[in-house]
Amino acid sequence: MGAQLRVYKRRIRSVTATKKITKAMEMIAASRVIKAQRKVAASAPYAKELTRAVTAVGTGSNTKHPLTTQAETVRRSAVLLLTSDRGLAGAFNSNAIKAAEQLTARLERAGQEVDVYIVGRRGVAHYNFRERKISESWTGFTDEPTYADAKKVAGPLIEAIEKDTAEGGVDELHIVFTEFVSMMTQTALDDRLLPLSLEEVAKEAAPKGEILPLYDFEPSAEDVLDALLPRYVESRIYNALLQSAASKHAATRRAMKSATDNAGELITTLSRLANAARQAEITQEISEIVGGSAALADATAGSDR
Amino acid sequence: MAAELHVALVAADREVWSGEATLVVARTTSGDIGVMPGHQPLLGVLESGPVTIRTSDGGTVVAAVHGGFISFADNKLSLLAEIAELSDEIDVQRAERELERAKAEGDAAAERRADVRLRAATAR
Repeated sequence: MGAQLRVYKRRIRSVTATKKITKAMEMIAASRVIKAQRKVAASAPYAKELTRAVTAVGTGSNTKHPLTTQAETVRRSAVLLLTSDRGLAGAFNSNAIKAAEQLTARLERAGQEVDVYIVGRRGVAHYNFRERKISESWTGFTDEPTYADAKKVAGPLIEAIEKDTAEGGVDELHIVFTEFVSMMTQTALDDRLLPLSLEEVAKEAAPKGEILPLYDFEPSAEDVLDALLPRYVESRIYNALLQSAASKHAATRRAMKSATDNAGELITTLSRLANAARQAEITQEISEIVGGSAALADATAGSDR
Repeated sequence: MAAELHVALVAADREVWSGEATLVVARTTSGDIGVMPGHQPLLGVLESGPVTIRTSDGGTVVAAVHGGFISFADNKLSLLAEIAELSDEIDVQRAERELERAKAEGDAAAERRADVRLRAATAR
């Protein structure tokens, strides 16, 4: 076998192996998307009831709470960026990071300091590489986030917002995550999580102008709100984590699908080239034989004479 | 037929139980509260403790609830909990082990969790 043909054969083998791997990853991602979507759906009843309850307290009492009071001048904001631990997901992480950087730039233009909180190893790596300050980061659960993880993330953020800005606290909390629109579409977007505007929550809970009853609060409206708001923030973060996970799996699936397609194309091209090389080799051999026999015939004809 | 109220027991990551009931007893921070159909709209903070639901077909559902809220309006009652387990989902032996361990380590929160689980499991 000729040297060139051997090179082609080797490359075809290696690309075939790669294709098998990407195909397997595509299938794994596809099953994980469905699982993640199911988790998003399973968390919906809790989120819905919680939103209703928050609305009920918000409209039923005039209670003030640090999580709902808008600071007159916002001096420092926290940005929570949700990325994934692992790559191989196309533009998933870079889109989220880009959205976070745009938001950061916007906030800084408005004269605010920005504290960055990051979930996911990819985002952490991006910021570390550029030697930018990360206030806090969490990794290791982005593929399958649990409620306990959301609690872990929410804790320091709520603490930061309850602290005075002068002592290192923040006035606003923004979240950047990837919304799962459909299997084909996932969009990175930013959202202001805190301070919570109760009017907006109310609009979300009862879009058709449903009138909420006057609740009796047990033990008191303040205590209920105190307990309710952190849970609400946790549930929002939990939802964002779940959507990010689903989006990440969908992005991986798509990236791996195109990798598989590309590998297939590459294999076709390489086999064509290998065939041509083999054919060229055969042709060369034949012409060598023909040439050789012709030379031989010439030689014998010459000696006959 | 007795009046009924619709109960939804929801944990952060799933709906644990839902159905019709005639009485729900839960523990709020200011004491046990029983809710029957037609109760005044109510929103309360739950302590971790067992929640007893008397279903309309005469059965009883007991669940261990760890922190959360109770809200009642229009004969619809929702119990929101970060963690909620039905009594028949609770592994008694495991909870007992947890209780021992928590006692040994002096972890009050874990001890309380295990204790609530055990009480819910035995109240069945």
